[in-house]
Amino acid sequence: MIPAQFDYVEATSVADAIRLLAEHGDEAKLLAGGHSLIPLMKLRLVTPATLIDVTHIKELSYIKEDGNNIVIGALTRHRDIEESDLVKKHLPLVAHVAGEVGDPQVRNRGTIGGSLVHGDPAADLPAAALATGATMVIAGKNGERRISAQDFFVDFLETDVQPGEILVAIEFPKHTDAGWAYEKFVRRAMDYSIVGVALQLGAKPGVALVNMSNKPHLAVSASQAIGKGAAIADVLAVINDDTNPPEDLNATVEYRQHLARVLTQRAFATASK
Amino acid sequence: MTIRTSITVNGKDTSREVEARTLLVHYLREELGLTGTHVGCDTSNCGACTVLLDGEAVKSCTVFAAQIHDCNITTIEGAAQADGSFSPVQEGFRQEHGLQCGYCTPGMIMASTALLTENPNPTEEEIRHALEGNLCRCTGYEMIVNAVRWAAENPNFTSGGAK
Repeated sequence: MIPAQFDYVEATSVADAIRLLAEHGDEAKLLAGGHSLIPLMKLRLVTPATLIDVTHIKELSYIKEDGNNIVIGALTRHRDIEESDLVKKHLPLVAHVAGEVGDPQVRNRGTIGGSLVHGDPAADLPAAALATGATMVIAGKNGERRISAQDFFVDFLETDVQPGEILVAIEFPKHTDAGWAYEKFVRRAMDYSIVGVALQLGAKPGVALVNMSNKPHLAVSASQAIGKGAAIADVLAVINDDTNPPEDLNATVEYRQHLARVLTQRAFATASK
Repeated sequence: MTIRTSITVNGKDTSREVEARTLLVHYLREELGLTGTHVGCDTSNCGACTVLLDGEAVKSCTVFAAQIHDCNITTIEGAAQADGSFSPVQEGFRQEHGLQCGYCTPGMIMASTALLTENPNPTEEEIRHALEGNLCRCTGYEMIVNAVRWAAENPNFTSGGAK
C-alpha cells in the first residue's frame, strides 16, 4: 500500500510550523512520528496535499518539572516517557500507559502529541491525559492557549486544535505517591483496546475509558464519586454513564459496558496494591 | 513531488531522488535492492519490515525515507559480523531452529538485536515483551524465544569467518 502523492516540507521550529500551516492551508497535515497518520495515508483514508514534517523540531521533545506540573513536549516519544524517571515518579500512570502503546517499534517512533491530536477513542494516551487532568498547550499565530484534556477531545478523530494551530506541550499535574492502574483488554499484545480503563486515585482522582465513546471518554460521574470517597460498588454503578460504545466484531455494546465495570473493579484492586 | 534523501545503510552512504511518499521499506528494497527486509502486513502490525534506525527497532513500512535523512539504518543484510560470521542472534536462530518459513525472520532478528543491545540478559518475559510487535505464523514463538536466549548466553559467538 502506497500513499497518494503529496508535497513534503520540513519545519525547523514551532514558528516555522505555524508559518507553513498558514501558507499551505487546510490541505496540509503535520507529520510527527507518523504512526497514526501514515497507516491512514496508506489506506488512502487521508490524502493530504502537503505534509509538514515537524519531527526535526528538537525544542518540542522534552520532559521537565515545573512547580506542581510535569510538562511533556508534544514530540516526546512514547519510549522516552515510558523510561523517564521524572514521569515514573510523579505520573506513574502516564509512564505505564506510554509503555502500553502498540509495541516497541511503535513506541520508538510515536509521539505523545501525535497520539493526542489524532483523538482516537481506542488509543491509550488520551485516557491517561483525561484521568490525570492534563492541560493541552496549543500554539498558533496569536500565541499560546491552554485547554483541559476534557474539552480538548471533541468528536471521533477530532480535537480542539484549529486550522493553523499546533499542539506544543502537555501539562500534567503531579500525582506523586497516589494509587493508579491501567487495565487494557486486548486479544493480541499490540492491539488497540477492546475496552480500557485508566484510573488515577489521590487528591485529584479521575477515571477515563478507552473505546467506550465516539471520543476519548472521561467518566465524569464516576470520577466525581471517587472524589467524594464513594464505595467501589457505587463507582461501578455510574461508570457507564454517558458512554456510547461502538459495536464491532470484538464486542457488543452490552459486552463493552460489562467490560468497563469489570476492568474498573480490577483497576481499583490493582491501584490499592 | 520528488525529494533527495541521503541515508547511511549498513555503513554505506546512499542518496537517491525519490518521491516524497516513498516508504523506507521501499527505499531499501527497490532503490537499494536490499530485499532481506520484508513487507508483511503493510499496516504496522506484523514487524516483518523491522530495521534499526540509529540502533532502535522501527517498522520501515511506517517511516517515510524523506523523514530520516542523515540517519543510520541497519538491515538484516548488515546484521552479520565484520568477518562474515553470523551475529549471535542469527546463530541463535540457526541453533535453536527459530524459524520455519523464514518470512518474519529478518524482522525478528533485528528486533531481537535491538533488545540485546539494551538488555544483554533478558528474561523470557522480557523477550516476549520486546517481540510483541513481531508476528510469526509458523513457530508459535517458543523456539524464537529460545533463539534469543541462545544469543544472550553466547554474546561472543563467532564462527571465525563466513560460512
